[in-house]
Amino acid sequence: MAKLKNLEDYREEMEQCVKCGACRAHCPVFGAEKREGRVARGKIALAHSVLEGEIDLEAKVLEDLSQCLLCGSCCTGCPNDVHTEDIVAAARRRIAEQKGLSTFGKGVAAVLSRPKLMNMLAKSGGTLSSLLFKKLPENSGLRLRFPAPYLESDRTLPPLTAKPFRERVPEIIPGDPQQPSIIFFTGCGINYMYPAVGEAFLKALKFLGVTVIIPKDQACCGLPAVSAGATQTVEKLAEQNLAALSRHQADHIVTACASCNAGLSSIYAEMGNEFDELTAKTMDIFVFLANHGLVEKLEALPKAEKRIKVTYHDPCHLRSKGITREPRQILKALPQVEFVEMLDAGTCCGFGGTYSVYHPENSKRIGAKKAANITDSGAELVATDCPGCIMQLQDNINHAEGGQRSVHILELLADALHDYP
Amino acid sequence: MLSEQIISELQTIVGPNNVSTVKADRICYSYDATQQSFLPEAVVHPKSAEEISRIMKLANRERIPVFPRGAGSGFTGGSLPTKGGIVLCTEQMDRILEIDEDNLVATVEPGVITEQFQKAVEKVGLFYPPDPASLKFSTLGGNVAECAGGPRCVKYGVTKDFIIGLEVVTPIGDIITTGGPTMKGVVGYDLTKLLCGSEGTLGIITRIVIKLLPLPEAKKTMLVLFDSIDGAAQAVSAIIGDKIIPTTLEFMDGRTLDCVRQATDLDVPDQARAVLIIEVDGDREFLDKQANRISEIIQPLGVVETRIATTPEESEAIWQIRRSVSASLRKVNPDKFNEDICVPRSKVPEMIRKVDAIADKYQIPIVNFGHAGDGNIHVNIMINKKIAGDLLKAEGAIKDVFKAALELGGTMSGEHGVGIAKAPYIPLEITPVTADYMKAIKRSLDPNNILNPGKIFLDSPKH
Repeated sequence: MAKLKNLEDYREEMEQCVKCGACRAHCPVFGAEKREGRVARGKIALAHSVLEGEIDLEAKVLEDLSQCLLCGSCCTGCPNDVHTEDIVAAARRRIAEQKGLSTFGKGVAAVLSRPKLMNMLAKSGGTLSSLLFKKLPENSGLRLRFPAPYLESDRTLPPLTAKPFRERVPEIIPGDPQQPSIIFFTGCGINYMYPAVGEAFLKALKFLGVTVIIPKDQACCGLPAVSAGATQTVEKLAEQNLAALSRHQADHIVTACASCNAGLSSIYAEMGNEFDELTAKTMDIFVFLANHGLVEKLEALPKAEKRIKVTYHDPCHLRSKGITREPRQILKALPQVEFVEMLDAGTCCGFGGTYSVYHPENSKRIGAKKAANITDSGAELVATDCPGCIMQLQDNINHAEGGQRSVHILELLADALHDYP
Repeated sequence: MLSEQIISELQTIVGPNNVSTVKADRICYSYDATQQSFLPEAVVHPKSAEEISRIMKLANRERIPVFPRGAGSGFTGGSLPTKGGIVLCTEQMDRILEIDEDNLVATVEPGVITEQFQKAVEKVGLFYPPDPASLKFSTLGGNVAECAGGPRCVKYGVTKDFIIGLEVVTPIGDIITTGGPTMKGVVGYDLTKLLCGSEGTLGIITRIVIKLLPLPEAKKTMLVLFDSIDGAAQAVSAIIGDKIIPTTLEFMDGRTLDCVRQATDLDVPDQARAVLIIEVDGDREFLDKQANRISEIIQPLGVVETRIATTPEESEAIWQIRRSVSASLRKVNPDKFNEDICVPRSKVPEMIRKVDAIADKYQIPIVNFGHAGDGNIHVNIMINKKIAGDLLKAEGAIKDVFKAALELGGTMSGEHGVGIAKAPYIPLEITPVTADYMKAIKRSLDPNNILNPGKIFLDSPKH
């Protein structure tokens, strides 16, 4: 049985915090709102007080613990490597146990655990968006706007697709038998919002002759439910994915979404031995591509005469695993790309899954810094490796009226491979 | 608990969003890096000297203790609300008010983060050298109140050497100014220097006037590995004896290197029993000459290896060894007492030998590293609080370390201050009449003992 750790299991981790305050230099939420309750050190103190029964779940405790992107930035600067994101997630589960899920959390849990409902929402969203977007000019920020309950009105989001990615493709796409085979864990972002990224994924792997398996019955990784504190939903989804992904033989389980990667490799890793093989096999797409010689192959392609300036945003869920090199290697090797580094590329975009829904104001403040750094870099495009970031980055740029576009690296890669079948 | 009436008055002064009495906030402002915790009754976030002045007048009227706080990153408890009362946090007063490029002077509010200030002045070719390890998150107000140091102080001096003027709210709520933007000034007592390092007991700093330097053109980092601590210590004397004052002269002893080897895969050869990290700065053309001269002078002193960085990446790799120390110490034992004694430079090897003897006496690991250039040694006493007796051993060792430093003409604290952590040991270093002189100042400025009571001196000053 898949089982998430509870708050008590993190007691020792909490006691590793020596209250030095180093997290104050790294926490994006503290950067937006200078109050101790907003920073990792404060949240650990609160979670520990909750554990010790020294404080009731009063409103301010709930608010401070909800004010965390779970981005892990604090851990980067922490001398004792304390994972506040895990502690906060466990504290949210404790809160949900005692107080019940929030209204939005209930919605998240309901939608995530019922793929049919998700498909239906996507389809109606698709119809709705095609009606809405037809009359708007191509580069209008409004084009990306998607009205949804619980989302504030000026947030710009991509439309949901009428036909989810996994319904468009066969379950098994055979490649060269000499080459490895992989399972593509698509995640919800690619399946429902960015199917073009899924197509680009397939194109890249076809180029290498890799066999791709896309299990139809894979579910959401569960990360949004982790963020909402919905324990049972996470555990249910983990078991569902374990069953779906274990049905097939493959060398790797590959993700093109940093958050899904964290879901499969970090969250599941804590949930029981039965996940060991799944966790060990999980790999980010760019790590896979770089390991299989794609960088050299791309470098051999003739460079384009006119190249596009592209910068890279590190998704938190890759940066915290130390995956920062491979996505840049692929980007730099693309023939049509002139790579430029931006300031603070590894700072959170402000999305944080459900965070941006609960705390739109802080999310926007954090995003504004990101948008300014993108503009300062001189890039026309910001590329990344996570649908959540792509969505948030575009929203940040639209609010700042920067005019850049956010894309998945895979889309640029597919462009570069345009002439190949 | 504070009465409704007092809370309402505080709300009138700073606005309702800047006063909190809920438990969550009281917990979040109850601790600092000493890891001790005292619950305050209220937390206030003022935005101006006027607001702070009104808070102090109210606190005097009602006899409520007030504890000023910056980032809460101190090592000695200077900001801890040891007697409840009000935590007065200056983190929202975070504006850089002026960088005067004609006069090389800047004016800031106390909540500005040290590193952010350094970056701002470096943008216009200016330089603020003090670099405490906490510079990425500590505030300038806190740095001034504690007179923070750092590796670069060997060449440039400590925080107080750069502070030329202050605006301060006194313990009874008056607003005074000390010094000013001029490079000279001898009218009246030098209150600026008195307030630097006063640990928030004599006034609340609301504005800081800072002297700046031109930013050095370049710097060069070198790592020198020695076969003994004596060689490293003699190297320090030899470099300074040759009239070269490096920007930094950091050392790590053999036990520190053992920790780094155990905890990381950084390249530290086994025969190295001490390390110096030496950085020189200035005009680019002089740096190579200076670095080569340093290598030449120290070569006969048991040098195992010298690495001179030629790129920023190589320089970064050298500093990485120093930065890995703190985390790697925890592999030795989970809890540490980080003392920061300072002895005359030439006494560093003798001090290290004394510390080694103390470690043997109490049978606990003590790891030394720090700022060899100015004799400021971080003595880290590593224990496990969960093991019975360890805490007692640590207390004994701390007292012995202080005594040893004092015997060598040193001091108990080079940069962390006294706060509550070192208050019990004050009589070891300060004679009763000197302490009385200091307490008389406190007593006359803070007759009701309202501002940061119980810090530096154990017993509250009485009339």
